[in-house]
Amino acid sequence: MTEPGTGVKFDLSIPELEKMARQLRRHVITMIATAGSGHPGGSLSAADIVTALYFKFMRHDPKNPQWPDRDRFVLSKGHAAPILYAALAESGYFPVEELSTLRKLDSRLQGHTDRTLTPGVEMSAGSLGQGLSYGIGIALAGKLDKRDYRIYVLLGDGECDEGQVWEAAMFAPHHRMDNITAIVDHNDLQLDGRVCDIMGLEPLADKWRAFNWHVLEINGHDMGKILKALKKAREMKGKPTVIIAHTVKGKGVSFMEGNVDFHGKAPSPQETEIALKELA
Amino acid sequence: MTAYAELSTREAYGRVLVELGEQYKDIVVLDADLSRSTMTSYFGDKFPERFFQCGLEEQNMMSIAGGFAASGKIPFASTFAVFAACRCFDQVRVCIAQPKLNVKVVATHGGITVGEDGASHHAIEDLALYCSLPGFNVVVPADGIETAEAVKAAAAITGPFYIRLGRPKFPAVNTDGYRFNLGKAVTLRDGKDATIIACGIMVSKALEAAKALASQGMDCRVLNMHTLKPLDESAIIAAATQTGAIVVAEEHLLHGGLGSRVAQVVTREKPVPMDFIGIKDVYTKSGKPDELLQKNGLTAEAIEQAVKTVIIKK
Repeated sequence: MTEPGTGVKFDLSIPELEKMARQLRRHVITMIATAGSGHPGGSLSAADIVTALYFKFMRHDPKNPQWPDRDRFVLSKGHAAPILYAALAESGYFPVEELSTLRKLDSRLQGHTDRTLTPGVEMSAGSLGQGLSYGIGIALAGKLDKRDYRIYVLLGDGECDEGQVWEAAMFAPHHRMDNITAIVDHNDLQLDGRVCDIMGLEPLADKWRAFNWHVLEINGHDMGKILKALKKAREMKGKPTVIIAHTVKGKGVSFMEGNVDFHGKAPSPQETEIALKELA
Repeated sequence: MTAYAELSTREAYGRVLVELGEQYKDIVVLDADLSRSTMTSYFGDKFPERFFQCGLEEQNMMSIAGGFAASGKIPFASTFAVFAACRCFDQVRVCIAQPKLNVKVVATHGGITVGEDGASHHAIEDLALYCSLPGFNVVVPADGIETAEAVKAAAAITGPFYIRLGRPKFPAVNTDGYRFNLGKAVTLRDGKDATIIACGIMVSKALEAAKALASQGMDCRVLNMHTLKPLDESAIIAAATQTGAIVVAEEHLLHGGLGSRVAQVVTREKPVPMDFIGIKDVYTKSGKPDELLQKNGLTAEAIEQAVKTVIIKK
């Protein structure tokens, strides 16, 4: 989307977006390998969604991170900070070179997001289940101020175990909030194992429907489908939309895909080399 | 003009919030199905478009308040003190304290003077919890007048606040025209033999005790330490230096609240004999507010005895 007057245009084509997503995935691998710790699995599963938002769909201006009319991306699953940092750096919020400071002492790029430090980060997160509520606060403020910005909240599927998610899920339709979109990165894995074994979520779509949400289910790695769903969400009036994006944890790196070990583990130097080759 | 001296702290809060709503167009108010008890319903009746009923979703409410503040609003989030502190402590920590957002948590029904509702509703840990959060301002007003002034100050000063109010009416210790200064103790009575430092409902009891002690020839200073954080260290050091003995009184557990905070300053700067009036390491039970204060030793007589004890140790 282009915003007149901002001088910034993020309007990549689908092939360009796919290329950018690969670039962001490479950053994720390099950052986490350099830091020696971090969460690659959930960063890689969200890469295509985050790319679609930052390089096509959202109205934002890296030169003016506090622009009152910007669309907001709220990363509720704060452990996926690396994919957000990669998107922010590639959009121009801070130099790409700074990505190598992830998780280091005095870095602006904390292990989990910190809005007081990083330009473009909307929410300090890390304790799961809170982003949808926080996004609701931003969305209500937007309505009060008669601003037409939109809020996109990215949640993990494991995160949907948290009771607060369902408090927020009850709140948004009650207030007929159509300026907020929840996106569930449904990669089927959480720290301790498969979501279906740890705490069954199904029928997830029906749960959201029962809470009066407009529900869309898509393949979260299909750029065309992501963009279509975001557009439908924007057009929906009178109720909020949740996009349940079916994804693969560790997507793009063969030995990380569907591998719960890479929820929160850095790749070794050898694994890093292979991963970067696969993402070339 | 509202006669705040006549009002309970929560009634004063409800009234002043309406005044502030006129003055600050960015104030929004959130409540969790207790607005007729916290008195935010007055604001809701006057400014329905800026009042957000969150239902029984205290956790959701605190995170929403964070989002509001991140968007330039001045959110006041209210519920009972037990819920504001214990039910949603992580949400306050992550969505308000860590990002240093401009949220005002104003909790009513603090302490044990909630009365008959019993242990689940007696907020005796709230000050310890909120004081533990880096950067939070923590205020416990002593009466309706001070409540109105403290809430005005919270609206004017950027940063997170916890203001703890009570259910019953507290005896007025301030008079109209009182000015509240965040982090600055009020000397309600000067004296040289000992100092009583108190907050909230215990301030009026401290004055009663000082009066009784005066009639026995003991001259006590009484400090209304309405702000627990940031703490008025210089008033504490002056009290230790000039009076040589200190008693702290609060409607809260003995650990983690005003007494602990004052003791930390005294031991570091000017150790003098001290004693503490507060709730022992127990959960309190149902009863009338006055009965509970009596049973738990939160009385003017208990303060008086404590002062005599510390004076002997000087």
